[in-house]
Amino acid sequence: MLKKIIFQFLALSLIFTYSAQSAESGGMPQLNPEFWISQIFWLVLTFGLLFIILSKFILPKISNNLETRKSQIVENIETADKQREETEKKVREFDKIINDTKVEAKNFFNSERQKVLDDVNNKKLSLEKDIEQEIIKAEKEIDQLKKTSQEKVTKIAIETSSDLIKQLIGEDINKSSLSAIVEDLSKKEMEKHNGI
Amino acid sequence: MAANPMYQFNVYRIGPEIKINNIDISFTNASLFMVISSLAILIIFNLGTKRSIIPNKIQLLAELSYSFISKMISDTAGSKAKPYFSFIFSLFMFVLFCNMFGMIPYSFTVTSHIIVTFVLAAFIFIGVTIIGFIKHGIGYLKLFVPSGVPMVLLPLIVVIEIISYLSRPISLSVRLFANMMAGHTMMKVFGGFVVSLGIVGGWLPLGFSVALTGLEILVAFLQAYVFAILTCIYLNDALNLHH
Repeated sequence: MLKKIIFQFLALSLIFTYSAQSAESGGMPQLNPEFWISQIFWLVLTFGLLFIILSKFILPKISNNLETRKSQIVENIETADKQREETEKKVREFDKIINDTKVEAKNFFNSERQKVLDDVNNKKLSLEKDIEQEIIKAEKEIDQLKKTSQEKVTKIAIETSSDLIKQLIGEDINKSSLSAIVEDLSKKEMEKHNGI
Repeated sequence: MAANPMYQFNVYRIGPEIKINNIDISFTNASLFMVISSLAILIIFNLGTKRSIIPNKIQLLAELSYSFISKMISDTAGSKAKPYFSFIFSLFMFVLFCNMFGMIPYSFTVTSHIIVTFVLAAFIFIGVTIIGFIKHGIGYLKLFVPSGVPMVLLPLIVVIEIISYLSRPISLSVRLFANMMAGHTMMKVFGGFVVSLGIVGGWLPLGFSVALTGLEILVAFLQAYVFAILTCIYLNDALNLHH
């Protein structure tokens, strides 16, 4: 709409200016063929040179730059990937080493503990043996002592009883009958003491 | 004289008259802006070829435009169009820079001349046709016979297809030329309004002028893009015969 009005105005003004400057210029300068050949010549020259210089020197450089950038980015991504893989591998190795060390430490600890326990056990056993021997020895001694003491006691009892009887009655008694009585009594006493 | 909105499109000679075999190829203001645009492209993109892994701003600009156009070509014409990348890149950049330099006040817009755009479009048309015949031989003519059309309609369709094919250079060149000319004329007209309405009433057209400048910068980019993408589409027709 606006363009239409402008064009109408343009046409009118053209008519007016044409009548005013008819000697100078006629309507659209574009349709004046005076400089057509010159324009074509210079267009071909400048555009041709532009095309040749752009296509031979400048555009290959730009495309080369873009290519190198692209390839460098790809390369960088590749190296980054590789390094990441390596890192993961290293991390795995590290984990493995830590695990191994843990297991080793555990094993070592266990074996040491076992050793200590064995040692303790051995010592305990030998101690127990010693103690048992001591006990047996002591029991033997005790038994011996018991035996001898009984005999002695019987002897003493016989002596004292014979002395007592001597003092009471004033005469000696057959020692063998006395000892038989004492033994019988002490046996009974022992049975009473040990038995029931 | 300067109030004439068409005056900005005048071509005039700069320096001496150069004639070869009676043909005038003098250096004009149009030639000057072609040279300036090409030099600007070359300087900017040459600065953008530094070999650094992390690009600076100009390098980023160059590499972004490279990938932008590369993507545009592969999207519209496929991977077979790779060899024509430099041509389409140069074409897009040339049209874009000519359009953009035209936005500077008192400069000259190279692409607002039908002869310039027509030469570009005709070159593309001829080139694409030659590529088509080289790739497909006489089979390239199948382009004019769409598949799945009833036999009755075929003569009509073929005629329409041929006309549309032949009008490609005209539509391509006129689109760019008309857009640039109309935009610049409009800006000139509004500028004229600002001057003639003065300090009292000139603010409204001034606002329009400012808005139009933004629009024209957009159009300058868009037309360069359209020019390049239509070239890609024509190239696609020639490279991948789909019919």
